[in-house]
Amino acid sequence: MPVVLCSCAPEAAEMPARCRWAGAWRTFPRVRWVFLLALFAGAVASASAGQVNDTDSGATGGEGTGHHSRRAFPVLAVNYEYIRMPFEISLWILLASFMKLGFHLIPRLSGVVPESCLLIAVGLVVGGLIRLMGETPPVLSYNLFFLCLLPPIILDAGYFLPMRPFSENVGTILVFAVVGTLWNAFFMGATLFGVCQAVGGQLESVGLLACLLFGAIVSAVDPVAVLAVFEEIHINELLHILVFGESLLNDAVTVVLYHLFEEFGNVGIVTLADVFLGIICFLVVAMGGIMVGAVYGVLAAFTSRFTSHTRVIEPLFVFLYSYMAYLSAEVFHLSGIMALIACGVVMRPYVEANISHKSYTTIKYFLKMWSSVSETLIFIFLGVSTVAGPHAWNWPFVIATIFLCLISRVLGVIGLTFVINKFRIVKLSNKDQFIVAYGGLRGAIAFSLAFVLSAKHFPMKNMFLTAIITVIFFTVFVQGMTIRPLVELLAVKKKKETKHSINEEIHTQFLDHLLTGIEGVCGHYGHHHWKDKLNRFNKMYVKRWLIAGERSTEPQLISFYHKLELKQALMLAESGSTAKLPSIPSSASMQGESMRRSTRGRALPQISKVKEEEIRKILRANLQKTRQRLHSYNRHTLIADPFEDNWTEVRLRKKRVEMERRMSHYLTVPAKQQDCSPVRRVRFESDNQVYSSNLNPGSPMFHNDDPPVMEVARAPIARMDSVSLVDDSSRPQDSETARSSSGQTLAVSEFKDGDLRIPCCRSDPRPNLNEEADSTFLS
Amino acid sequence: MGAFHSNPAEQTYRDLAEKTGFSVEQIWILHNRFKQLSHDEEMLRRDDFKAIPDLACNPIRSQIIEAFFDQRNFQTNSDGTAHEIGFEEFLTVMSYFRPPSLNMTQEEKEDLRRAKLRFLFNMHDTDNDGTITLEEYRHVVEELLSRSGAIGQETAKGITDAAMLEVASTSVGHMGPDDVYEGITFEHFLKILKGIEIESRMHIRFLNMDTTVLCK
Repeated sequence: MPVVLCSCAPEAAEMPARCRWAGAWRTFPRVRWVFLLALFAGAVASASAGQVNDTDSGATGGEGTGHHSRRAFPVLAVNYEYIRMPFEISLWILLASFMKLGFHLIPRLSGVVPESCLLIAVGLVVGGLIRLMGETPPVLSYNLFFLCLLPPIILDAGYFLPMRPFSENVGTILVFAVVGTLWNAFFMGATLFGVCQAVGGQLESVGLLACLLFGAIVSAVDPVAVLAVFEEIHINELLHILVFGESLLNDAVTVVLYHLFEEFGNVGIVTLADVFLGIICFLVVAMGGIMVGAVYGVLAAFTSRFTSHTRVIEPLFVFLYSYMAYLSAEVFHLSGIMALIACGVVMRPYVEANISHKSYTTIKYFLKMWSSVSETLIFIFLGVSTVAGPHAWNWPFVIATIFLCLISRVLGVIGLTFVINKFRIVKLSNKDQFIVAYGGLRGAIAFSLAFVLSAKHFPMKNMFLTAIITVIFFTVFVQGMTIRPLVELLAVKKKKETKHSINEEIHTQFLDHLLTGIEGVCGHYGHHHWKDKLNRFNKMYVKRWLIAGERSTEPQLISFYHKLELKQALMLAESGSTAKLPSIPSSASMQGESMRRSTRGRALPQISKVKEEEIRKILRANLQKTRQRLHSYNRHTLIADPFEDNWTEVRLRKKRVEMERRMSHYLTVPAKQQDCSPVRRVRFESDNQVYSSNLNPGSPMFHNDDPPVMEVARAPIARMDSVSLVDDSSRPQDSETARSSSGQTLAVSEFKDGDLRIPCCRSDPRPNLNEEADSTFLS
Repeated sequence: MGAFHSNPAEQTYRDLAEKTGFSVEQIWILHNRFKQLSHDEEMLRRDDFKAIPDLACNPIRSQIIEAFFDQRNFQTNSDGTAHEIGFEEFLTVMSYFRPPSLNMTQEEKEDLRRAKLRFLFNMHDTDNDGTITLEEYRHVVEELLSRSGAIGQETAKGITDAAMLEVASTSVGHMGPDDVYEGITFEHFLKILKGIEIESRMHIRFLNMDTTVLCK
C-alpha cells in the first residue's frame, strides 16, 4: 500500500494550526518549532513527490526523441523513487515523535486529555490534509499492524509484567478474559442480530453469524488502549493488573472466535461438532501459544548463558527470540500475543541473571522506545484510517453497538465478580468492579480484524467498520477522558508509593516460608505449597542450565540486597569521578573518633574498575521479584530516574560544598523525603545509602570483628533531596557534622575494613529498583 | 458431621468455633488433621511436627514448630513454652492464619492485623523480652539463608545490620551520637511492616473454604 505523505503549503497549514493552538503558539515557542518542523517534513515530501514526476518525464522525454544529443553532465539529480518507501516510513515515525514531543510541551492539555485521544485527533487532521491533497491516505493494514506495530507493545508489556500480582490474580484474570469475552461476544452478537431483524430494511441481510462475528471482534478489550489510558491514571496495582491482564489473555479467545465465525460465516450454519471443535481449538490456541513462547524463552535464556564475551549483541537475542516466538505462533494461527508474553516472562529471570547491566538497560530502553512509537503510530493511523476508509453509517446499528458494548461489559463484570468473589480472599468491591467495567476499552485490534474481512462474504463490512470505529472513538475519547476524574471522584485507591525496604523483603520471604510451612502442617496442598515446589525445582534444575556461572546458586534475599548495593556502587562510581577529595578532613568538623578514622583514610573515592566488575559479577543474581511496581509501564517518564534528572544540580552543589567533611560516624537519615533529617546515629547520605560507623565498640549493634561485606558501597549517593535537606536544615549540630553533600565527595576515603558497617539501602530510587527487581518466575 | 460425633464433642466444637472464629466444619477437618499428626493421641509433641515430611525442607522449620508451642500465642496471657499442646492450642495458633472476613470494620481489621503481627513478632523474639535484638534478627536472616551455604554467614550479618539500621532510622527520632538502638519493639515492628498488607497476605486459603479438602 503506497504511503503517500503530502502536505499543503506551509502557510495554508499554519492557519488551521494557528486557530487551534493559538494560545499555545504564543506561549510556547518550542511548540511552534515542533509543528513547523512537522509540516516542513510533510512539505518536503510533497515537493519531492511532485518533482519525481517531472524528473521522470523529463528523462524519458529526452531519451524518446532519439537524438542522442549530448546533454550536460547532471551535477544534481533527484531520484525520489529510490528512497521513497523508507523515507516515507521515517517521516511518519518522525511525525509521531513530534506529536509526542508537542503534547508534552503543553502540560495543561496532557493533563486533561489522554494522549491517545490527542493522537487520534492528529491522525484525523493528517488524514484530512492528505485527503485534501487528493491522495488516498494510508490505512492501518493488517500486516502493518499485526506484524510491525503490535509486537513491540506486547513484548514490552510481557517482559515487564509484574509477576506477583499477576500470579496471585491469575484465576480472576482468566475468568474475566475467557468467560467475560465469550459472554460479551455472544450477548452482543445475539442482541445485535435481534436489533437488525427488528429494524429491518438494510439490516435484514445481516445474518446471525455475521453478527456473532462482529460481536467477537468488538468484544475484546484492547491492550494498547488500556495501556495508553491506564498508565496515566496510576491506579492501584490490583485493578491495573486485572484489566491489563484480561486485555492480554483474551487474545486467544478472540482469535478462536474470529476464525470460527469467519469460517462459518459464509456457510451459514454451525453444528454442534463445530462448537466442540471450537472449544478444542481454543485450548490448542492458548496452550500452544504459551508453549511456543516458553520454548523460545528457554532458548533465549540458554543463549544468553554464552554471551559473556559478546555483550554487545545480547539485547538482540532477546528481541529476536521474542519476535520469532510471535511469528511462529502466528504461523499456526496460535495466539501470538500469548506466545510473546510467555516468552518474555519465561526468559526474563534467566536472561537478566546472565546479561550485563548495560545490556539490561539497553533492552529496557529499546522496548520502551519501540512500544512508545508503535502506540503513537497506531493511534495516528487510526485517525487517518477513519478519514480514509469507506464508511457506511447506519444509525440504529451504530447506536445499538455502543449501548450493547457498555451494557454487556457492565453485566459481564458484575456477574463474574459475583462468582469470583466467592473464591477470592481480597474481594472486589463495587468501586473496583466499576473501574474494571469502565476500563474495558476497545482499540486498534478490533479495527484491524474487521478490516481484513472479505467484502465478498461480508457485504456489510463497511457498516461493521464504521460501527467499530465509532465504538473505538467512544471508548477512547469518552471513557478515556472521563476515567481519570471518575477515579478521583470515587477515591479509588491509587498506586502505593512505597519504597522498598530490606525489612519488607525479609518478611515477605519469611511469610512465604511460614505459610508454606503452615500449609504443610495442615496437610493442605495449597497455593504456597506449589509455589514452593516450583521454586525449588527452578533452583535445582532449571537455573543450573540456564544461568551461567555461580549466579545460579544465589538465594533471593542476597541478590536483592546486593542489587540495591550495586546501584549505589554504580552511582558512586559515577559521582566519585567528578569529586576531588582532600585526604585530610578539615579539623573543624571532626570529632575524636572520626579523626582516628580519617587519618587512615584513603585518598580516592573511586572504585577500581576491577572491583566494580567483580561486584557486578557477584551481584547480578537472578532477580525473583519482590514487590511489583508498575513504573515499567509508564512510557512518559521512562527513566523516572531522579538521579539523571538532578545530576547537573547535584554537581553544582557538590562543587559548592566540596570542602566540608562529613562526619563518618554521623549518619543522617531523612526520615521522610522532605522532612528535616535529624542527626542521629544512623544517617542516610542519600535516600539510598546508609553508613553506620562503629563508634561504640560496646554497642550490641555494631561489632568490630566482621569486615564489611561490600566494600564498594561505601560512598553515598548524591541525591538532590538529601543534599538539600541537609543544607537546609539549620540545626546547630549539623555544623559540626559533615554535611551530607560533602559526603558525596568524601565517602569512601574514610572507611576502612572494620570501621565501615554495612551500608544499608533503606530505600532506593523507586524506579530503578522496581524496574530492576521486577520479577520473574511466579514468586 | 459424622454420626460418630457425640453431642459433647459438638458442643466443644461450637465453643471452639466461638472462641477462634472457625466454622464447625473447619474445626472438624482440623481435628482430623490433628489426630492424624498426633497418631490419635490427645496431645501433640514437637516430634510429631518434625515428622511432617513437607516441613523438612522448609528453612524456618524450627521456628514454625516453636511457634506452635509458644504459650504467648495461646492467648492465655502466659509465657514460656509448652512441651505438648492440645487441640485447643493447635486451633488457636491456626486461627492466626484466618483471612479477614468481608464485613469487618476498620477497627476489627486493625486488631486482626495487630494480632498477626504479634504472632510474627513472637516468632522472632525468642527470649520474650519484648524486643527483637540484633542477635535474634540475625538468627532469622540466617535461617532464611540457611540453604545457601557459606555465602550465607557473612551476608546474613550484613543484611541484618542493614535491616536494623533501617528500622532505627524509620522508627526512632533523634538519636544522639552515642545512642544505641536496643532492639525492635513491637511498635516499631508494626511501623516497618506497614507496607505489607498482613491481614490479607498472612492467611491460608484452606481455612477459608467450607468444603472438605484433602488431608494427607
